[in-house]
Amino acid sequence: MSNAADIAFSDAEVRALRDIAGTMIPADATLGVPGADDPAIMADIVKSLGRDLPDVRAAVAAVGAKANGDFASLDVDAREKLLSEHIASGGAASALARVILAAYYRDDRVLISLGMEPRPPFPKGHVVEQGDWSLLDPVRKRAPFWRKDR
Amino acid sequence: MNERVDVLIIGSGASGAAVAWSLAETKMRILCLEQGDWIKSTDFPANGRDWEARRFGDFDISPNSRGRDTDYPVNDANSLMKIANFNGVGGGTVIYTAHWPRMHPSDFKVRSLDGVADDWPIDYWTLERFFDENDRMMGSSGLAGDPGVPPRNPPMPPLPLGRTAALYARAMNKLGWHWWPSDTSIATRPYEGRAQCINLGHCTPGCAQGAKASTDITYWPLAIRAGVELRTRCRVREITTNEHGMASGAIYYDADGQERFQPAEVVIVACNGVGTPRLLLNSASARFPNGLANSSGLVGKNLMLHPWPVVSGYVEDELDGGRVPITSLWSKQFYETDPQRDFVRGYTLQFGRGTGPATEAISNIGTGRLPWGRAHHRTYRTMLNHRVGIGVACEDLPEEHNRVTLDPVLKDSHGIPAPKIDYTISENTRRMMEHGIARAEEILTAAGATRLHASRTVLNYPGHLLGTCRMGDDPDRSVVNAWGRSHDVKNLFIVDGSIWVTSGGVNPTSTIQALALYVADQMKQRLATLFD
Repeated sequence: MSNAADIAFSDAEVRALRDIAGTMIPADATLGVPGADDPAIMADIVKSLGRDLPDVRAAVAAVGAKANGDFASLDVDAREKLLSEHIASGGAASALARVILAAYYRDDRVLISLGMEPRPPFPKGHVVEQGDWSLLDPVRKRAPFWRKDR
Repeated sequence: MNERVDVLIIGSGASGAAVAWSLAETKMRILCLEQGDWIKSTDFPANGRDWEARRFGDFDISPNSRGRDTDYPVNDANSLMKIANFNGVGGGTVIYTAHWPRMHPSDFKVRSLDGVADDWPIDYWTLERFFDENDRMMGSSGLAGDPGVPPRNPPMPPLPLGRTAALYARAMNKLGWHWWPSDTSIATRPYEGRAQCINLGHCTPGCAQGAKASTDITYWPLAIRAGVELRTRCRVREITTNEHGMASGAIYYDADGQERFQPAEVVIVACNGVGTPRLLLNSASARFPNGLANSSGLVGKNLMLHPWPVVSGYVEDELDGGRVPITSLWSKQFYETDPQRDFVRGYTLQFGRGTGPATEAISNIGTGRLPWGRAHHRTYRTMLNHRVGIGVACEDLPEEHNRVTLDPVLKDSHGIPAPKIDYTISENTRRMMEHGIARAEEILTAAGATRLHASRTVLNYPGHLLGTCRMGDDPDRSVVNAWGRSHDVKNLFIVDGSIWVTSGGVNPTSTIQALALYVADQMKQRLATLFD
């Protein structure tokens, strides 16, 4: 038997989650990035709730309660203030923020805007420069200083 | 009943694999029971676009968050530091950062040198050849000539400095403080069938390339080829004893959930600092009412977890970000006791690199540095690939009130009582943490970083589980002797981090494995008189 906490989000909960996501990370036309309330990103968020679903559900409900049941009708300053304070409270709110951020920062459009390739790390990996090993020269000249035990 | 084996090893992680491989040359019949699975390279998060999210899911370092059916729960509510581990072939080596420092010589003599805790019954020099052997077996990378540690010769060159470590190096040179490229167990060139590192990012949630040494790809293939049997999804409930007070084998649940008895001549426990005391306490009987091997009352006590504050900040220059293993440099500048300070013992500074794009944002939930709303994007773009961070690896001294017991309520999926952790950070360690945080802030400031943030405990679960079955010569003050044998049960051995007397200020895996190889060597030398 399913636990009530594990039942998928209702349409109303998805709308509330979308309002939160869009406030937390809004679209920015200058940078050319979508908001976290973008349909594709929202679909990814909802799909990836998994084990975080009960916490995210609780956090969405808590945000709604703090907004007297109508978060979306608050002006943008009030929404940002409420959300920032709520996320800072930790617990379930951290899970809510983490799920939104994990989905947002793997979206192709977002990664490309950050100058990154939209791909997993493996198998291509990355190239890292060796760096300037001559920086070690003064340390090499130092006498051993580990503590002797005998 | 299963066929009797000569040696039963419980746990296939860092120490279990090393002891299995070393004992294989005896041609004894050796069996290892592991409660987890083999992990395939295709299972690791780096294969997919959700690689960052899975660090908080099925590859989380906390068994409570990970919640695989092969995990057991841990009640760590009464501890600021949380328990990290991994249950699978390779154990914690599957999900460690591959930092590869050794304990220092002074770490084995803290009573003699500093008047605190206890000396170990063995010293660094006893272990030196086993450190070297383990470096060859696991494949370590690094650079000889470090004036801050005893001589050693890693078989592979160090990881690149890159932009991030070069920035730290300039700051450390400006301050005149010691630094050196960290030893790691990451293959920086092809090594014994392993491909070299191609910079997949943070190594903790497993290496899809196989460049990071974990015992499932180092010791185990060789041990199995030499005749050792490894059975997965076998969860041991208790070690049994016979009428002579000797270990007779173990009762476990197999992959089908069936209860089985495995008889053995010798039992070796390798479940590390939480799993091992849990198993011994769950093995209480009429003859051993307080738990097996526990006449000292010290099984589960003296838990050491390595408090590990992390100070981070941001610089203007673009750095390596999360494109490279997090390990870069270490500093031993503050490792040894200094009478001018208000604490004894010391710490290693470990210099990290950046994170991936999602982790950069997630790690700032609660720091107040990254705004939510219209200001988010512009601030975020000053953070990604601009992060610097230093971890303070503090020595944690043993205290009996820091302990592992059995939870009276919580059980795993087989109904076996789960471990309960009671742990507090001592005043000495707190002073050490604050000293290290202040030095890390100095370094980052010298590197040009701003927006500094010190995390004292939030990220503080390095998974170093030490001290709960300490070794020693006095049976009243220790659980095992100087070569890992139980004082109480002459055919029971422990080879993992639980036998540590003190913790040092370093990641423990290299020393855990050197100890396991040393215990195996002692057993091989004493085969004719092993139970005397």
